[in-house]
Amino acid sequence: MPHLLAILLLALLPMTSARAVTPQERLPDAAMEQRARQISAGLRCLVCQNQSIDDSEAPLARDLRVLVRDRLKAGDSNGQVIDFVVARYGEYVLLKPPFGLHTALLWIGPALIFMAGAFGLWRLRRRQASAGLGRGLDDAEQAELERILEKR
Amino acid sequence: MLAETAHFALAIALGLSLVQMVIPVWGVRRNDVALARVGEPAAIAVFILLAFAFGVLMHAYAVSDFSIRNVAENSHSAKPFIYKLTGTWGNHEGSMLLWVLILALFGALVAFSRKSLPDRLRAGTLAAQASVTVAFLLFILFTSNPFDRLNPAPPEGNDLNPILQDLGLAIHPPLLYIGYVGFSITYAFAVAALIDGRIDAVWARAVRPWTLCAWLFLTLGISMGSYWAYYELGWGGWWFWDPVENASLMPWLAGTALIHSTIVMEKRDALKVWTILLAILTFSLSLLGTFLVRSGVLTSVHTFATDPSRGLFILVILMVFIGGSLALFAWRAPLLRQGGLFAPVSREGALVVNNLFLAAACGAVFIGTLYPLALEGLTGAKISVGPPFFNATFLPLLVPLLLLLPFGQSMAWKRGDLLGTAQRLAAAVGVGLVAAVTILALTRGGPVAAPLGIGLGVFLVASAFWDLGERIVGRASGLGAIWSRAAGLPRSAYGTALAHAGVGVTVIGIAATAWATEDIAIMKPGDRLERGGSAIVMQQVFPRTGPNYRELVGRFTVEIDGRPRGTIDSMKRTFITRNNMQTTEAGIRTFGFSQLYVSLGEIQPDGSVGVRMYTKPLMLLIWLGSVIMALGGALSITDRRFRVAAPARARQPAPGPTPQPAE
Repeated sequence: MPHLLAILLLALLPMTSARAVTPQERLPDAAMEQRARQISAGLRCLVCQNQSIDDSEAPLARDLRVLVRDRLKAGDSNGQVIDFVVARYGEYVLLKPPFGLHTALLWIGPALIFMAGAFGLWRLRRRQASAGLGRGLDDAEQAELERILEKR
Repeated sequence: MLAETAHFALAIALGLSLVQMVIPVWGVRRNDVALARVGEPAAIAVFILLAFAFGVLMHAYAVSDFSIRNVAENSHSAKPFIYKLTGTWGNHEGSMLLWVLILALFGALVAFSRKSLPDRLRAGTLAAQASVTVAFLLFILFTSNPFDRLNPAPPEGNDLNPILQDLGLAIHPPLLYIGYVGFSITYAFAVAALIDGRIDAVWARAVRPWTLCAWLFLTLGISMGSYWAYYELGWGGWWFWDPVENASLMPWLAGTALIHSTIVMEKRDALKVWTILLAILTFSLSLLGTFLVRSGVLTSVHTFATDPSRGLFILVILMVFIGGSLALFAWRAPLLRQGGLFAPVSREGALVVNNLFLAAACGAVFIGTLYPLALEGLTGAKISVGPPFFNATFLPLLVPLLLLLPFGQSMAWKRGDLLGTAQRLAAAVGVGLVAAVTILALTRGGPVAAPLGIGLGVFLVASAFWDLGERIVGRASGLGAIWSRAAGLPRSAYGTALAHAGVGVTVIGIAATAWATEDIAIMKPGDRLERGGSAIVMQQVFPRTGPNYRELVGRFTVEIDGRPRGTIDSMKRTFITRNNMQTTEAGIRTFGFSQLYVSLGEIQPDGSVGVRMYTKPLMLLIWLGSVIMALGGALSITDRRFRVAAPARARQPAPGPTPQPAE
């Protein structure tokens, strides 16, 4: 069902599926083209279901790809290009949500779960230890054990 | 008439499920064996009724009966026959019917498994299972009737979404559903145990084959879905961190934790509360996945709010089952007494650590999938959570787990020895390191992650078999002794080694994707595109007609290291039956475990064609590894201890202390 639906949803959108960047769009400078690809992979195609503009053939995605390349040609750094796109389309365009008050729980949530679990285990361990479950036998108990074993 | 009968069969199945849900519990209460056993024939009858209904729907698809709305909306008389059949579940109503059919199948299987289950547990489990069937039958009857008629019947159908007209639809959803729904059995077992207030190693042993079965099908389902998306979507990606994918990954992670925690419970009578909670959570995540996909909430919180009938129904089901079972858990779990003890450094301890990492990884996927929905619902702010987020949160939890995995597998039960385990694993660590360093040296300047990942994968494979080999050879001397030890080792030990090796194989495949290349060019016949040792030469571009589509075929000859290696056909299809919708049928050639992947892009005004060529080294290992994992699971199910009668019904005195199988 998941992929099925992923495919279904993708299919309902106005596009076909092959990866997007067309030869005409590519920049002559290979290093700059590489940067453009990198940036594009982190920008969401706004009319698609969970696709980056690098993957989408939607016309809007193409416009954005061209925009990214235009900014790079104009001498922007990667950060400046991303800021420019975010200023235009909002944070929604970023596939990696920036850390902020509204995303704090998102970013530290997984670590919190892990630490809470680890802490719980540590507590459990200590409780067992203090209840005498984890320690070995003391001298008196050891003597008692040997006495019982001898009797057999 | 047949369709109406099938619709009626659904209604009767609903009635019988109610019987199956209520009467056995009452029977157990009153100590009335006859009443407690009513669940068994009821479960079998429900399955037969649903199988009949499903068969009728499939028949309607096979003969293109467009008087049934569902068929008219999703099929076409010119569609190839196999896709007519698979189209039965290529739509909402049909897939929900498949969902309950599998639910009923598992119920019937429990009813049949007399030998391996204590009576009270079987009665309670069937009742709990029936409650899920009731809920989903109500959902189908009230919101998603697959047998709705159209009058007058249209002369032709709308056809199935072209992307679904693929063998993948025959394989992926049934496998996935068996996995999803299979966890309903562990859920039912957990609920039955909570109601009964009794849970012990017998429970763990009874539940284990079911969990393994659901897990292995879910593994295959996810992996086949991934392969399908890989070749069908035309850009060679294999995992997209799409919410619908995450919806299947979450129960898989929880289920993986569950199959490991039941080991501890079976062995040491410990981790009871946690195992019960996991069993509940795993199926809850399956339900959540169904809700996410079926309600439309993913497309936008707002579409869900504007057309809530189906979504709301599933949401209520979700709340009743998750909330109800968790409440039951909170009420009854304190009654469960903790059992045996083990040192923190031991096989059991390692399995606890495994559960910690898997649960946190599952939590990361859960947060990443649901956070944007919650944030939008609460504040209206829209954010995207894409692959970069999951790579940053999921991988740091997964990599340590994989690094620790071999240590857990070769650690002694009860009280382990970290140093000794490390010494025994030294050879496997060495093999992994040599692999990583060698590849690093050979591919200098390339991506560093790939050799490291491959080293990790090699370490996993080597340690899985090293541990097995050591237990077989051990201190035994002579071939005969080795042979008898190999035969005496429980099947589950082989299953474990195989499954863990499968993880390693998948890791190698994933690591190698860092070496994948992509080339884009505009080509006309005669043009050549080359990368590394692989080259394609375009021969011709020609149109072709299929049963319900037209296609443009690009034919290429393939050269690997200068030698001709056959041809690749890559297509772009236009479905005349479906608004001229286009699909890309990538041309793929497999060389060993690597693939050459060619897909067609846009046709230029001068007749030349945009072509993308990808080289995908060792790509097939990703899916091969998951098939090996599933095989490991299957091998474990056949372990002797699951086939023997439940201890309560033992017919002969136990033959001494059986050598304890080590997972």
